[in-house]
Amino acid sequence: MISQSREHSLLEAITADPSRKVYIPQGRSYLQNPPGTTFWQGVASWVFTLDHKRIGVMYLCGVMFSFLLGGLFAGAVRMELWNGTPDLLGDTLQTAQDNYNQMFTLHGAVMTFLFIIPSIPAALGNIFLPMMLGAKDVAFPRMNLASFYLWCSGAIFFIATLLTSGLDTGWTFYTPYSTTTSTSVILATMGVFILGFSSIFTGLNFVVTVNTMRPKGMTWFKMPLFLWGIYATAIIQVLATPVLAITLVLLMCERLMGIGIFDPLLGGDPVLYQHFFWFYSHPAVYIMILPGMAIISEVIPVYSRKHIFGYTFIAYSSIAIALLGFLVWGHHMFTSTESKLAAVIFSALTFTVSIPSAIKVFNWLATMYKGSIHLNTAMLYALAFIIQFTIGGLTGLFLGALAVDVHLHDTYFVVAHFHYVMMGSTLIAFLAGIHHWWPKMFGKMYNERLAQIASGLVFIGFNLTFFPQFILGTQGMPRRYAAYKPEFQFLHQLSTSGYFVLGAGLVMAAAVLIYSLFRGKKAPNNPWGAATLEWKCCSPPTTANFEIQPWTGSPYVYDDFVFDPDEGGYVEVLPDLHRSAAVPAERPAVPATH
Amino acid sequence: MISVPNFAPLLAGFWFRDAASTGAADVDWLYFFILWLSVFFFFLITALTVAFVARYYARPGHAAEHTPHHNNALEAAWSIFPGFLVVAIFYWGFTGYLDLRTPPENAYEIRVVAKKWNWSFMYPNGVVDPNLHVPADQPVKLVMSSDDVLHSLYIPAFRVKMDVVPGRYSTLWFEATKPNDESYDQAIDATTTGSDENGYDLFCTEYCGQGHSAMLAKVIVHKSGTFETWLEDAAKIDPASSPVELGKDIWKYRGCAQCHSVDGAKGTGPTWKDTYGTEQATDKGEVTVDENYIRESILNPMAKIRDGYKGVMPSYQGQLKDAEIASVIWYIKSLKEGEEVAASWDEIGGVPGQEETPAEEGADGDEPADAEEPAEPADAAPADEQ
Repeated sequence: MISQSREHSLLEAITADPSRKVYIPQGRSYLQNPPGTTFWQGVASWVFTLDHKRIGVMYLCGVMFSFLLGGLFAGAVRMELWNGTPDLLGDTLQTAQDNYNQMFTLHGAVMTFLFIIPSIPAALGNIFLPMMLGAKDVAFPRMNLASFYLWCSGAIFFIATLLTSGLDTGWTFYTPYSTTTSTSVILATMGVFILGFSSIFTGLNFVVTVNTMRPKGMTWFKMPLFLWGIYATAIIQVLATPVLAITLVLLMCERLMGIGIFDPLLGGDPVLYQHFFWFYSHPAVYIMILPGMAIISEVIPVYSRKHIFGYTFIAYSSIAIALLGFLVWGHHMFTSTESKLAAVIFSALTFTVSIPSAIKVFNWLATMYKGSIHLNTAMLYALAFIIQFTIGGLTGLFLGALAVDVHLHDTYFVVAHFHYVMMGSTLIAFLAGIHHWWPKMFGKMYNERLAQIASGLVFIGFNLTFFPQFILGTQGMPRRYAAYKPEFQFLHQLSTSGYFVLGAGLVMAAAVLIYSLFRGKKAPNNPWGAATLEWKCCSPPTTANFEIQPWTGSPYVYDDFVFDPDEGGYVEVLPDLHRSAAVPAERPAVPATH
Repeated sequence: MISVPNFAPLLAGFWFRDAASTGAADVDWLYFFILWLSVFFFFLITALTVAFVARYYARPGHAAEHTPHHNNALEAAWSIFPGFLVVAIFYWGFTGYLDLRTPPENAYEIRVVAKKWNWSFMYPNGVVDPNLHVPADQPVKLVMSSDDVLHSLYIPAFRVKMDVVPGRYSTLWFEATKPNDESYDQAIDATTTGSDENGYDLFCTEYCGQGHSAMLAKVIVHKSGTFETWLEDAAKIDPASSPVELGKDIWKYRGCAQCHSVDGAKGTGPTWKDTYGTEQATDKGEVTVDENYIRESILNPMAKIRDGYKGVMPSYQGQLKDAEIASVIWYIKSLKEGEEVAASWDEIGGVPGQEETPAEEGADGDEPADAEEPAEPADAAPADEQ
């Protein structure tokens, strides 16, 4: 085969002439401080850091802690549902019901606001968005740090909620329940309000960074698709989040001062709250899924050694999803007494979103066609993503179809559907991204085989947990129920069993990664042979990222990359400079421009 | 509906409960259409994924080939073809939805009041029942309102659902097709039974707090012609029972039991056991739990809230007749050891609401059970026997 021989000749070429390898200078990791730094100086260097990578790492720790917390709440919910009587979470029926309501509320609120919204953009995006642009940092590094501390303040409000009287409104804070319950609604909504600003800061920063800091030669349609996805996400973050903030302020006004906005007793309208809430929270679904799709668009070409198929369609579909996402909020309200006309229009618009999503799936498949597929951990997660996102997307058709939605609305079918999208897709993409970029972030290789086994457990566990819930929902099991009828027990028990398999897989994946930090092999510059710019610097990068400005080629052409056994990773091979006399034999080293 | 093969019977029992309304078949048809479409696309995508991995996995001697980076015709095809399918799905969903939201003119109307955490179904003749009784083969329209927070009425067997929103009326209609009144037994509690044998399930599906998962009822579909009989019987207070037993039934079926225990256990509200005649601390000072306090607490629960409890009880103003409130008070009295209670209607001057009818017609006053005339509507003639 042509490519095979090309690979061979590249290898021969660099053996004969090592100067044809693209030179990547090594330097002190951004994680380390200069020798002689005292402990407190070291602490201060992290607390006051403006380095986008350190902020990204702090975000990563924060969101992973939130994920653990949210996961434990989910465990409490699933274990209570092992049988149909609320008896595990309290001595009496009432306390068990109350605690169950708290657990599912906190699970939803923590997972949504503290974990999944910041997960990919604020942690991985922060680290890799500037690097993919060949830049030293984001446009506004101080705003970036401020965003992290806002996130921390929001998290403190959530912890305060937990330590006071908790929260039992569901993560949606529907009125009038949320204005009448005795739990800490004000603390929690303050937390969400602040987290919203954190999200807006991140989004604004990314929009400006992508607009102004692309390197020479990287036009919009030569950007890696990850940047398109994050850019589309950032637009939603900037435009939609303020609406949530305003809505929550109105909610607080009503609860604290008795100003009638949503409560009919005060002349308000509870359905208005739902419109306001979903005007943000439906676009927020795309804040969650677009970055996931963006990661998959990076991972699949690298491990298939193939140029991404249909770049332009994928890029436009991200923007289309972001914009259409603003127009479909009413599909959360088909049974809310909204007018028939509104329901029909929202249903029609909802179906239009399914098309760009389908395009992406077909394009990813076409990318794999005639590739050379490396089943590394990140790729396994990407394959799981394709399957689970397909299920999540197809089950969306049931819920978009008005007549069927009436039956399925607020049942476990909806629970299963959004977990397939939020967890089966976004979380899985997040895991794909973490495994893909781990060597670059921390300079260590993890044990590939164990990480693959963990990904298998996650796949089985996830589907065992959530697939039975589609059947439960179709049979009529309502969501947010602490108790259920005996005929639902078998499927609930399957689901709870799945939780433990899933949990074991996630714990194993975390253990493999954390172990690698201490005992892992040193990572090469480019272990997977990716062509995007973040791999054209040392692993882990220096504080400045690029000691010399990297060459901006196509992000998806792998022809000049070859696995170099000496390096233990891929190297980029320069054209044969001796044959082209015009170019000097010395490397044209351009110093970093920052 | 449309002349397309009916997919419903395949796997139907696995996915769905039995369909028991006229609208259910259309919903199920569309559900299975989307299901089989999804199964097709899921297997297509999974099969391609697996095939590509099996065929093109990285191995010595194999390398990626250059293929075109895009193909506008192909990409346009896989954008437009699914587009047609979703337009079809949208259309069928839309027409089905209009059917579900448009009640026929001749629908029999039942008022529904939802409150934390029980349902009250009110019939034109004043009967209030915790379960929904409907005639078979006749359109029924529910006019629903909520006394407190959002609720949602969901009957899986009929494939219908609509939120119940405070401050506005919402409506929902269906036409039940399969009667189930033969196996119905009033004594079986809606919250504990599982199968449809004792009535179709009715759930609250909009989260409403502590007792959300216990906010259940049963739907009893009466055979053609027997619904009217049931309605007449339900309007009568059974003279064979006593005031205490009527109070107990109200406690059990009208939403008291969700919060107030009768065995001393602490619930959302205070227990009724040994509470009559005691002195209790409230937010407005000490009160004696007597007839007046109980009556006030039923009609205006926020007036005096017992210490250690939250003010969450909805008002029963206009929903319980005076005689029923009196019965609840008799029942609470009976739960106090040593308290003397009326053992029969005679001791309190006859069966409430029925003693006048025989007198007017000159019929046998000792046999109120034979009164032919239906009872008066709920709020039309509140008889005060106390």
